[in-house]
Amino acid sequence: MEPRFEDGRWNTMAINFIYPEYEVIRNYDRCIFCKVCERQCANEVHKYIEEIKENGQINKRFETDDSKCVNCQRCVAFCPTRALKIVKSDNTYKESTNWDSKTMNELYKQANSGGVLLSSMGNPLEYPVYFDKILLNASQVTNPSIDPLREPMETKVFLGAKPSTIERNENGKIIPNLQPHLKLSIPVMFAAMSYGSVSYNVHESLARAAEELGIYYNTGEGGLHEDLYRYGKNTIVQVASGRFGVHKDYLECGAAIEIKMGQGAKPGIGGHLPGAKIVGDVSRTRMIPEGSDAISPAPHHDIYSIEDLRQLVYSLKEATNYKKPVIVKVAAVHNITAIASGIARSGADIIAIDGFRGGTGAAPTRIRDHVGIPIELALASVDQRLRDEGIRNNVGLVVSGSIRSSADVVKAVALGADAVYIGTAALMALGCHLCRNCHTGKCNWGIATQRPELAKRLNPEVGYKRLVNLLTAWEHEIKEMMGGMGINSIESLKGNRLMLRGIGLNNKELEILGIKYAGE
Amino acid sequence: MKVDALNMGYRELNTMIKTACDDVIIENCCGQRYIGAGLEEKNIIINGTPGNALGAYLNGAVIKVNGNVQDAVGDTMNDGKIIVDGDAGDALGYAMRGGKIFVRGNAGYRTGIHMKEYMDKKPIIVVGGKVGSFLGEYLAGGLIIVLGLNSEEMPVGNFVGTGMHNGAIIIRYKEELKGLSPQVSAEIANESDIEEIKPILTEYADNFDMNIEELLSDRFYILKANTKNPFKQLYTAN
Repeated sequence: MEPRFEDGRWNTMAINFIYPEYEVIRNYDRCIFCKVCERQCANEVHKYIEEIKENGQINKRFETDDSKCVNCQRCVAFCPTRALKIVKSDNTYKESTNWDSKTMNELYKQANSGGVLLSSMGNPLEYPVYFDKILLNASQVTNPSIDPLREPMETKVFLGAKPSTIERNENGKIIPNLQPHLKLSIPVMFAAMSYGSVSYNVHESLARAAEELGIYYNTGEGGLHEDLYRYGKNTIVQVASGRFGVHKDYLECGAAIEIKMGQGAKPGIGGHLPGAKIVGDVSRTRMIPEGSDAISPAPHHDIYSIEDLRQLVYSLKEATNYKKPVIVKVAAVHNITAIASGIARSGADIIAIDGFRGGTGAAPTRIRDHVGIPIELALASVDQRLRDEGIRNNVGLVVSGSIRSSADVVKAVALGADAVYIGTAALMALGCHLCRNCHTGKCNWGIATQRPELAKRLNPEVGYKRLVNLLTAWEHEIKEMMGGMGINSIESLKGNRLMLRGIGLNNKELEILGIKYAGE
Repeated sequence: MKVDALNMGYRELNTMIKTACDDVIIENCCGQRYIGAGLEEKNIIINGTPGNALGAYLNGAVIKVNGNVQDAVGDTMNDGKIIVDGDAGDALGYAMRGGKIFVRGNAGYRTGIHMKEYMDKKPIIVVGGKVGSFLGEYLAGGLIIVLGLNSEEMPVGNFVGTGMHNGAIIIRYKEELKGLSPQVSAEIANESDIEEIKPILTEYADNFDMNIEELLSDRFYILKANTKNPFKQLYTAN
């Protein structure tokens, strides 16, 4: 039974008790009792209490249930007098490196409930962040840098299969033999986040921002809401193992079709959106009845081999008359190079690899935290392997899994990516504060929720502009960094490992990343 | 329009089918894949053996095959009809969401996995012979009927309905059904159940010139999701 704090008392047995991780600190010198905190918190942490004493004096206070606080920062952001702050509780277990408090509490939760631990967003554990151990070059003296103010910087990217030869007709004119491509103004797209795990307003914000920026957003496996069909030419439609909302119009609407084989947060397993979240438009878009569970099996039960994958790729191309590029999305795991090589030969136009830091609406904690490999290592080795096999140009390469800034984008391109997907970063632009409680469906910022009173807190008018702001800023930074390197086109940065140096990396890491050590 | 598919690659054949203004009859079909992928409003008759992924994402067309079919027939099918006067391979009707598939003979493994229904769109698979293991895994809606007409043995394999959470499977068999998954509850179909499936069985019988009375003569089981043991993991928030 979930321990609850009711009427000023804990209702749980002492052995079930876990001290709340966060404490809400209210500065009563600043609090003006406007009660916006009580109104804004869907977790019901704050309760305004007004007591009239015997002498007629009114006593105002707040009763705070810290055990319900998820540290989403909503009340802190809304408090007009900055009277609130959330601190990590200083109630501590005796310190230990291997039995840290997180490990201990997770064990207690399982002994209490018998349940599988379920978490949201990406892997937070202390594994190396390779992007933070890679440094970029700048040009000086021998090879001057380029001033983006004076010279045009090309950040446009075309994703898809490049032809291996140029064919000419008898008059010498080039015969167009290009496969369908995606055209991006900058090498960044919005990652797949399904409608159902996020609210409609998130999808509308992403769609409008993608249109204005000249890039794409991904529907995820929840289907495409009919009101968003008009953004079809900036939409990548996803076909996952559950095939929710997948029909001819859906396939025709998008600019590209992505087959989701796996995702970085939960490699190898499927997904399960509980029936409680399948309501209203979510039910209609996924084309399943309200209240029924949405189960995405692992694997696709019609794809049991690389030949089956090739068959699915071509069945989609046949159904859409070869007009749309087909993307295959996989999680970064061991032997990702062999997997990528197989995908490149399966007829897919683009490979998308999602690293182990990728986000999710809900995934078993152990799978999220212990399965998969970093995207930096996966990207470097896949790019190298495809080049060694002479098939690098047969596919576009898109990576994701905690791309946090324009510096990460530049490093990813230099390691060999054509483009990146951003998921968590996009949600943060919309207001996400990474409280990592999406699985409860009570997102106070209106993002990972279907409750109308919460979802309406995200205004797409404001949201899409913030996304445009974010990527416009990144575009300027990318151009600045490129100019600093003496490069004026993103094509010259792609796979250009010489622009990178490692720091704090051992020989093996340098070897896999294919870069030298700083100073070399 | 008549097409002789002898020595014709699937791309050429499928382009001819898509651009044809009227119905199409294909002769000498031998393993060409993706025939009828995403096809709307047309009648196709295939003489021979079409390749994998026949009628994938089918969107309204009617395909009649005078012969056997291979794997992944009717994959993610949305609407229309596929009639197979022969046997079918594995992964029949995966993630099907509408339309009908009729097979006179047997079907293979993984038949009708994760079919789903919504509003008036209800997918239906009817197999005259037997099917292999993993029938109706993760069934989320729709109807699968297995008749086992050509043999006295149990017409389904192991692991029927694993992860089933909606929809119904009807199995015609006179003995006791074995090897069902714990998510499935099986009961002998009563008169009103039979009345409900009579129209679809009549349509099936008409397509293959069968006697409907003979079809309805035996015992039918009706399998539904076991609500007391739903497919669910116990999770605890972390």
